Amino acid sequence: MAMLDKLSMYMQYPFVRYALITGVLIALCSSLFGATLVLKRFSFIGDGLSHVAFGAMAIAAVVGVTNDMLIILTITVLSAVGLLSLGQHAGIKGDAAVAMISVSSLAFGYMLLNMFSASGNVSGDVCTSLFGSTSILTLSGADVIICIVLSITVVVLFGLFYNKIFAVTFDETFARATGIHARLYNLLVAVIIAVIIVLAMNLVGSLLISALIIFPALSAMRVFKSFRSVILCSAVSSVICAAMGILISVLAGTPVGSTIVAADAVVFILFSLVGLLIRKKK
Amino acid sequence: MSQINCKNVCLGYDGNVIVSNLNFRVDCGSYLCMIGENGTGKSTLIKTLLKLKAPLSGEITLGDGLKEKEIGYLPQQTMVQRDFPASVEEIVISGCLNKCALRPFYNKAEKQLVRDNMEKLGILHLAGRCYRELSGGQQQRVLLARALCATTKLLVLDEPASGIDSKAQAEMYELIHKLNTEGKITVIMVSHDLSAALKYATHILHVSREPLYFGTKDGYLASDVGRIFTAGEEKNDGNA
Repeated sequence: MAMLDKLSMYMQYPFVRYALITGVLIALCSSLFGATLVLKRFSFIGDGLSHVAFGAMAIAAVVGVTNDMLIILTITVLSAVGLLSLGQHAGIKGDAAVAMISVSSLAFGYMLLNMFSASGNVSGDVCTSLFGSTSILTLSGADVIICIVLSITVVVLFGLFYNKIFAVTFDETFARATGIHARLYNLLVAVIIAVIIVLAMNLVGSLLISALIIFPALSAMRVFKSFRSVILCSAVSSVICAAMGILISVLAGTPVGSTIVAADAVVFILFSLVGLLIRKKK
Repeated sequence: MSQINCKNVCLGYDGNVIVSNLNFRVDCGSYLCMIGENGTGKSTLIKTLLKLKAPLSGEITLGDGLKEKEIGYLPQQTMVQRDFPASVEEIVISGCLNKCALRPFYNKAEKQLVRDNMEKLGILHLAGRCYRELSGGQQQRVLLARALCATTKLLVLDEPASGIDSKAQAEMYELIHKLNTEGKITVIMVSHDLSAALKYATHILHVSREPLYFGTKDGYLASDVGRIFTAGEEKNDGNA
């Protein structure tokens, strides 16, 4: 009971409510596209983009614009488009290109912050944007509104293009043969992933974003056997993990991002065990 | 009028020619089998027919009311599909996407079409099953049902019987034969299986560096190329 009292006390603070709302929304969006990314072997793009977003954030901090979201979003979306087209004309192999771009973004980002940052606590800032430690608890009302609008857009787009995304994920050649613009949908997925990553930077920080995208889908795929049930299950488990993670971190004083990812990892282990049991039964 | 007319077509990658001077036509209701060794451009030719690749030169025209999107395609399986979580029904209905254009969801008629096609291929009882848990032969039927949802006119099959056991292979060929004769669907098939090709096809296209033969099956058996190639095949069978 003491815990519930403590919780309801915290719930009176708007910043805790903001964190819960944005956290749950971001978790929902990121889980929807996880299955597609994992199945298309695009997981590494999510990872690479998150590092790009860190570099972009450093640039935004150095330039000192009022709304850094816009700069970060633009750079990350452009990189997503670039990475995808690199993957298609393999001058440099896709995964190597991603590795190259992601480490250079990290390096340049950190360098820029060190050289030009006006803030007195550079390593604290860097740590925050890499691990998202407290930024979700410092969101303003405007941040929350941006996040709500973008999340709704992502969910609606996913709903409208669900069947096409399924077809392009399962069999791109067949989809193209039946007149579906597979490249366009690949691009759409990459751009949406970029948007999600920028959103999620506030929540878990850029190093842990991939976990948010990929874990729920991987967990769901251990147990469920149709595409629709995998998507539904990953959305539900992602939302629950995010909510649990935020509440636990508020109560126990642990970092938000890593608590959420830890919850996702625990769920993954549980689902793996359930999957094993089901297979043994047969 | 023919459904597909291929005139002086050259195929290849990055300017390297694989096959040149392909000339053939496919008439409504015929069963064309493409044969030839590996790497002679059979799969490339199929991709070109489906407009996934442009030919280096020459032209392919569709006729007889056939539209580009109305070709049912059975591709070779990819690695991604082997561990893909999807139910049979989800996969089959994705063949209806060419009817959707901008409409985001499937309508009643399309859902009915899916059930009809699954019934036709004897996989209706598998509708809710997971694709990756099916046998190779069942998986091919699922993909064939998907192709049937995309077309009523022309099926393009790339090695439909590869990777499945011989009993399932025979059933698969029978099924395709039935679709061709009873369903009046034109079939273009790439196959390594010469005996099946000779049993069911009405026309043969033998591809190598240059097209060695195109015409009816009987003509092929009587031709020099056909005699050499089929004799070799029988000898191989004897050795094996």
